[in-house]
Amino acid sequence: MALMTPGKAGQTASEITAAQLTSSKRDVAGIVMLVALLLTIISTLLILFVLIGRVVRDAIPVVTGEGTAFLGNTIGSNPATTGIWPGLYGSFFIGVGVVVLTIPIGVGAAIYLEEYAKPNALTNALLVNIRNLAGVPSVIYGVLGLIIFVGWLKPITGGSSVIAAALTMAVLVLPIVIITSMEAIRSVPEGLRDAGFGVGSSRWEVTKDHVLPYAAPGILTGIVLSLARALGEAAPLIMLGAVTGLLPQPSLDGRFTAIPMLIYNWSGRPDLPGEEIGWSNAAAAAGLVLLLLVLSFNALAIYLRNRFEKTRIGQ
Amino acid sequence: MLTIQDLQGNRKQANRERLMRRLFGLAATLSIAISLLILYVLADGAFTFMAGIDWQWSLLTDTGWFPRRERFDLRTIVTGSIIMGTVAMFVAVPFGLGTAIYLSEYASRRVRTVVKPIIEVLAGIPSVIVGFFALKVIAPDFVVPLFDPTTSRNMLVAGLGIGILVIPIMASLSEDALSAVPGSLREASYGVGAKRVTTVTKVIIPAAVSGLVAAFIISVSRAIGETMVATMAGGFDGAGPYTGWSVLSPGLTMTAAMTNAAGGTDAVKAGPSFDVLFLVGLLLFLITLVLNSIGAKFVNRVRQKY
Repeated sequence: MALMTPGKAGQTASEITAAQLTSSKRDVAGIVMLVALLLTIISTLLILFVLIGRVVRDAIPVVTGEGTAFLGNTIGSNPATTGIWPGLYGSFFIGVGVVVLTIPIGVGAAIYLEEYAKPNALTNALLVNIRNLAGVPSVIYGVLGLIIFVGWLKPITGGSSVIAAALTMAVLVLPIVIITSMEAIRSVPEGLRDAGFGVGSSRWEVTKDHVLPYAAPGILTGIVLSLARALGEAAPLIMLGAVTGLLPQPSLDGRFTAIPMLIYNWSGRPDLPGEEIGWSNAAAAAGLVLLLLVLSFNALAIYLRNRFEKTRIGQ
Repeated sequence: MLTIQDLQGNRKQANRERLMRRLFGLAATLSIAISLLILYVLADGAFTFMAGIDWQWSLLTDTGWFPRRERFDLRTIVTGSIIMGTVAMFVAVPFGLGTAIYLSEYASRRVRTVVKPIIEVLAGIPSVIVGFFALKVIAPDFVVPLFDPTTSRNMLVAGLGIGILVIPIMASLSEDALSAVPGSLREASYGVGAKRVTTVTKVIIPAAVSGLVAAFIISVSRAIGETMVATMAGGFDGAGPYTGWSVLSPGLTMTAAMTNAAGGTDAVKAGPSFDVLFLVGLLLFLITLVLNSIGAKFVNRVRQKY
C-alpha cells in the first residue's frame, strides 16, 4: 500500500496523501462516460421535442385556416375542409365507457387481491395472470373484441360500434388499473386498518371508510393513465372495423371511428403539390388534438402522483 | 355488560361483508376469464384457418405473404418482426439505458425532477403519432437522404419509429433495476476510493444485471407487439414477397399482417385470408407471453436478492 511505505526524504505522510488525492491525472473514462450519457439523454429529449414540434408545425395551417370548424366538421374528402367531429364523438364515448367500466371492476379486483385474498396458489395465479394480461399486445385485444363484442354480443353492441370499442378498450386497460390500484392500496398503513377492526368494523367498512379514501389519489392516477392509453390506441380499433373513410352521422351503436383512426388514415394519404392544406396537415391537426388530450391526462396523472407521494411523506 | 350478541356483531353487517367479498372476488376472477377467452378466440380462429386451407402446412412456408392468393409464408412476417424489433432495440437500448443510468447515478435531484416527467410524457405519446412522425420526418429527413432505399417506407423507418416508442419503457424498467441496487454497495465502492465511472460499470451494473436483462426482454416483447408504426411505415400493404434480411427493403410484421387482414381497404371478412389473423395472433400471443414470463423471472430474482 502506497500510504504505508516510507515517503521520499523530506515528505511527510500528509503531503503524500494530499498528492495522491489531488492527482492531476484526468479521469478520461469518467468524462467519456458522462458525455455519452448526456448525449443519450439529450437525444431522447430532442426526439420528443422534434416530434411534438413537427406535429404542431404541420397543424398550424389547419389551426389558422379552419380553426374550430376542424373540430365540428364531419370527415370530408377535401383536406382543407375536413373535420374530426365523428372521431371526437367516438373517442369521447370510448373514454366514458372505459372510466365507467374499469373503476368498479378494476378497483374491485384490486381490493379483493389486496384486502381479501389469502396468500395461496389461487391468488398467486390471479396475480401472474393479471401481469401477463398487461403485457399482451393491444392488437390481440382487438381480436378479442372483434369476436366477442362485435360478434357474440352484436345484439347489445350493434356490431362494430362505439360500445364495442369502449368495451374492448376497457378490457385492454383493466390490468393496468388493477395493478396501479393494488399499489395504491398496498401503500395504506396497516395501522389504519387495525384501528378500524379494533372498533368492530367489518373488512368492507374498513375498506370503504379508511383504505379507499387514503388510496384514492393513487387509484385515480392509474385510472387517468389508463384513460390516456385507451384514447391513444389505434390497433384494436382497426381490428374492430372502425371506419376510415366518410362517416356523416356518428351514433353509439352504428359504424364508428375515433381520432387515432383518422390520424392513421390521413397520414397514409399523399399530399397534392400546391395545396395549402394537405392530408398531412389534417393528420397533424388531428394528432395535435389527440396529443393535447393524452398529454394533459398524463400530466394530470403525474401531478396527482407527485402530490400523493408528497402528502404521504412523514406519515 | 358485554353480551355474546355484542361480540357476534350484527347479521346485516356480516351479510353485506359476504356480498362484497363475493363481488370483489368476481371482479378479480374476471381476469382469468379474459385470458381464457383470448386463448379460446385465437385457438378457435387458428383452427378454422387451418381447416380452411385443408391443413396444408406447406402453404405456411413458401413464396411470401399473399393472403389473397392463399400464400401464407410465416417466414416473411416473422423475419419482418425480428428485423424491425432488432432495429428498435438498437435505438431503445442505448437511449433508454443511457437515460436510466444518467437519471439514477448522475443527475442531481433537480435535474431528475425535471427530466423524469418529460420521459414519462414520451411514454404517453400514442403510437399512431409516432407512426406519423416516422412517415413525415424519419423517412424523408433521415433514412432516405442517408441510405437511399428503394422505397421511403421500409423496415428501417418502421424499426426506428418502434424504437422511439420503446425508449421510455426501457428507460423506466432499467431505472427501476438500477435504483433497486442497495445504497450500501454504492457507498462501499466510493468508500474504497472508486471513481463514479468505476462504481457504475463495475458495481452498479453488475449488481443490477438481472433487472436490466428483464428490462431488455420486456422491451423486446413490446417492440414485437407494436402495431401502428409497423402498419404505417413498414411498406407492405398486407402482402409482399419474402425479402430476406435487408433492413432497407419494405416488410411486414406479424402485427401489421393482422391489422391488414382485418382492416385493409377491401378486406374480405371471411375465408382463409381473414382467418389467418387468428393464427398469427396466437403465435404473437405465445411469443410475447414467453418473453414476458422470462422477464418476470428475472425481476423476481432481483427482488429476492435485495
